[in-house]
Amino acid sequence: MASRVFGSGIKRREDPRLVTGQARYTDDFTLPGMAHLAVVRSPYAHARIKRIDASRARSLPGVVAVFTGQEMKDAGFGGIPCAWVVPNSDTKTPPYPPIAIETVRYVGNAVAIVVAEDRYLARDAADAVLVDYEPLPVAVDPRKAAEKGAPQLHADVPGNLCFHWKVSGGDVEAAFRSAEVVVKDTIRQQRLIPNAMEPRAALAQWNGAMGELTLWVTSQNPHIARFLLSLDTGTPEHKIRVIAPEVGGGFGSKIPHYPEDSMVVFASKATNRPVKWTETRSENYKCTIHGRDHVQEVELAARKDGTILGLRAKVWAGMGAYLSTASTGIPTILHGLMLSGVYDIPAIHEDVFGVFTNTTPVDAYRGAGRPEATFMIERLVDLLARELQVDPAELRRKNLIPPFTDGHTVATGLVYDTGNYEAALDKALQMADYERLRKEQQEARAKGRHLGIGLCTYAEICGLGPSQVAGAVGFGGGLWESAIVRFHPSGKVHVMVGVSPHGQGEETTFAQIVASELGVPVDDVVVLHGDTSQTPMGWGTYGSRTTAVGSGALMGAIGKIKEKAKLVTAHLLEAAAEDIEYADGKFYVKGSKDRFKTIQDVALMANVAWNYPKGLEPGLEASAFFDPPNFVYPFGAHVAVVEVDAETGEIALKRYVAVDDCGRVINPMIVEGQIHGGIAQGVGQALWEGAVYDDDGQLLTGTMMDYALPKALAFPRFELGMTETPTTVNPLGVKGIGETGTIASTPAVYNAVLDALAPLGVARVDMPLTPERVWRAIRAAKRS
Amino acid sequence: MYAQGFEYYRAKSVAEAAELLRTKKDARLLAGGHSLLPAMKLRVASPAALVDIGRIAELRGIRTAGQGLTIGALTTHAEVAASPDIRKACPLLAETAAQIGDLQVRNRGTIGGSIAHADPAADLPTTLLALDAKATASNGTSSREIAANDFFVDIFTTALQPGEIVTAIGVPGQAGGGAYLKHRHPASSYAVVGVAALVEIVGGRCARVAVAVGGVTTRAFRAAAAEQALSGKAADDATFAAASEQVRGAIRDPMSDLYASGEYRTHLAVVLTRRALALAAERARS
Repeated sequence: MASRVFGSGIKRREDPRLVTGQARYTDDFTLPGMAHLAVVRSPYAHARIKRIDASRARSLPGVVAVFTGQEMKDAGFGGIPCAWVVPNSDTKTPPYPPIAIETVRYVGNAVAIVVAEDRYLARDAADAVLVDYEPLPVAVDPRKAAEKGAPQLHADVPGNLCFHWKVSGGDVEAAFRSAEVVVKDTIRQQRLIPNAMEPRAALAQWNGAMGELTLWVTSQNPHIARFLLSLDTGTPEHKIRVIAPEVGGGFGSKIPHYPEDSMVVFASKATNRPVKWTETRSENYKCTIHGRDHVQEVELAARKDGTILGLRAKVWAGMGAYLSTASTGIPTILHGLMLSGVYDIPAIHEDVFGVFTNTTPVDAYRGAGRPEATFMIERLVDLLARELQVDPAELRRKNLIPPFTDGHTVATGLVYDTGNYEAALDKALQMADYERLRKEQQEARAKGRHLGIGLCTYAEICGLGPSQVAGAVGFGGGLWESAIVRFHPSGKVHVMVGVSPHGQGEETTFAQIVASELGVPVDDVVVLHGDTSQTPMGWGTYGSRTTAVGSGALMGAIGKIKEKAKLVTAHLLEAAAEDIEYADGKFYVKGSKDRFKTIQDVALMANVAWNYPKGLEPGLEASAFFDPPNFVYPFGAHVAVVEVDAETGEIALKRYVAVDDCGRVINPMIVEGQIHGGIAQGVGQALWEGAVYDDDGQLLTGTMMDYALPKALAFPRFELGMTETPTTVNPLGVKGIGETGTIASTPAVYNAVLDALAPLGVARVDMPLTPERVWRAIRAAKRS
Repeated sequence: MYAQGFEYYRAKSVAEAAELLRTKKDARLLAGGHSLLPAMKLRVASPAALVDIGRIAELRGIRTAGQGLTIGALTTHAEVAASPDIRKACPLLAETAAQIGDLQVRNRGTIGGSIAHADPAADLPTTLLALDAKATASNGTSSREIAANDFFVDIFTTALQPGEIVTAIGVPGQAGGGAYLKHRHPASSYAVVGVAALVEIVGGRCARVAVAVGGVTTRAFRAAAAEQALSGKAADDATFAAASEQVRGAIRDPMSDLYASGEYRTHLAVVLTRRALALAAERARS
């Protein structure tokens, strides 16, 4: 039985409540006496606040209070902390007041808050708050904002330069000196808007008599939220309970500690009422973090035989107007260290300039740094193949790191755990029938049709991560996980975890692990998460770490349960503890298969403790902590096939083959679901998505009518394959799969489109590859 | 995303709706609500009163009238797309309705609401122009017919008088083959460019041709020069290519936005005209 549960694609237990509307999200909670908060937001990207007149707003019926940033500050509320400050980069962390005090720095920056009896009155009153602004010059583009004479955002950050971070390995100068071929590109990793289905929300209940605070919030990491809230709200950590109820997607956008979280806490304290704020979709576009926003100048040195010698890059990474929680780690640690990808590149150097701009703060968005790295190397490998007129699959194969099972060190210093990149490439090429595809492409070209085949071979860093490394790279917390396994007298099980899944399905997969390891029916296990008062400390769900790290803690607790169960069994069967063996849910006396106790027998006796070993604690419960010795590095190879209508520039995605290796698979259906969603989101970046600001810092793509999200109709059936290379980093050999699709599909589809356009002489087009851009690129190539 | 406060009235008849429109200050009609309500939520529109005509029975229903059809103003896009009567008498209209927005929009949005809103990126005005359709408008006491070409005046502007309500759309039976092709905005699904073509072929030659182009300019228009260039000509690709070039000259001041420039829209109008003509001709033959 055990072996059938682990690795089986059982249906997600989360789904019935999600699809029948029985899930309870933060906005579904209503408390007696609850008031509603609305935020007055700046219509200017950069301006001095001259005067705030709230007199009319205060006089409106149903308005409880109006507060400014100064009032919040006077009440003892501090700035929003940045929790990741990358060392050796001279990082500036200018003040980030939850409500702007003298200056607003992006459209949507909070200026005042209104508390009213319902959300409609609150919104009307917010519109009635009059603010006098003195507009200031605006900087929007990260590269231009770093130039001399650009408008300055923060007084103490000259040149808007938040940091200058470097990574270096090998002799890059020598590599380029000895290169026979150099290919270059300037890549715009456009700004993306995460668009979780559920917008953010926060509900604070201050209990003055107890000095206790409860916050329901759309968070991917309630324990981090509690820790950070204790820093800026003045409420000590042990008096704060953070509950992340059902959370409707995050993609990184619900990692940060946001200004609104502190606002509802402040408002609840100030009005002595529970206060709720629910983001509108318009606010979500302007005020929830954005992702990517890089300008990348990158070059690759190689020999004529295709051997890659070195990679050199300069990146201007837009940070937005303020530093969000994890912001500085994304374009540095999670980007720059991964530039080698799956290739053996002896020398790498990158300079990353983090730059403040008058835009929404930028932080982790699905893939977070790795898509920006993978795209860079995958694009340049394709350009090199084109330059050398060799097949891009063969050029990749030539430079792949050979298979390894015991660590491989790349030029940036990372030690990849396990990898077999050529196996994944072979399988993807075979599934795609690559040779035949190339023939079809030739035939299509002869008929004037523009078929393109794009590849991406990738490895990514996830399963964040060893806490020592977290500390060394400036992350303000640990990255271990914890779990408690608790058997009830009837043999049913509760599992409490510190991770906080919000769509990834660990309520199902963690139950599968317990069922497989301890021989209980999977339905006898309930996994609890998301409430700091019910669950043990943990650092949350992001960076594809929930299963990779969380399952390590779970396995530790399961191991302790087994050891204790052996002691109880030995006592009950009057055998020596060292003679008890465990298999398939039964604890046997060695050599006699009919003398055993089930885990349920043990659970009952441990809980009633009537007939029990002397000196052994009653109860059957164990907790464990797991700090992984390394990150995990899933990998794979994706192949995209597109057809471009050269007359209109329209792109049709014809086929998509993905081979991914996430080590051992607990539930293949959930893994496939993660890959499907990931691919769609990555293709979104290649083809449709992109936040656009005008020169005044107004967001032009502020609604779903303007910002194009991927739609199911645009996709073919995904053809998925797996290879299985277990990691040595955690007990189950599992790697993360939450972000691989997003990391691989952007370059795969981009490369396919550029492959289709190659005969027309087009070498680059900015993302997203809108039909007009493609049409213009074709026209420009024809003219030149 | 919360509308400002407003009064709400549900009218039981066209006469009552017209009366409410006349008497209530700053009142707007609410049919499917798929243009007005989003605008109100964004506070781009803040009418003081809404007059809901969604339950007026006399505005519903699809009736055959001779070779053509009379379609009640409250008929949803999904109903237009699925109606056997429309698919038989005027497949071009059903094909167009099937391409509007997404399923949710088609299930709520109405033909009367769409034309009264006169969004230049809407799909129906283009096809109704090509079909020489007529709108029936009532002020509660009397009604009149307005030809599509007169009905659409400018961006979000129609020939409707204050207090007038679209009650029905009259569509002649379709002769020959038709095709509606659009370049869909990837986010909104509106027509960046939409082209409706009707081609009747007699003896291998174009007997009657209608081409309408939407999305490019502030109102959809009939490409008269292209139609004339085809009259009596052989229904073949070369003819269609030459005729579609005539569309370019008919476009002055094309609209431009973040997604598509006026130049690109003009280019698409030419390409889609050629393709729509070819497809309509192919259908005319089969």
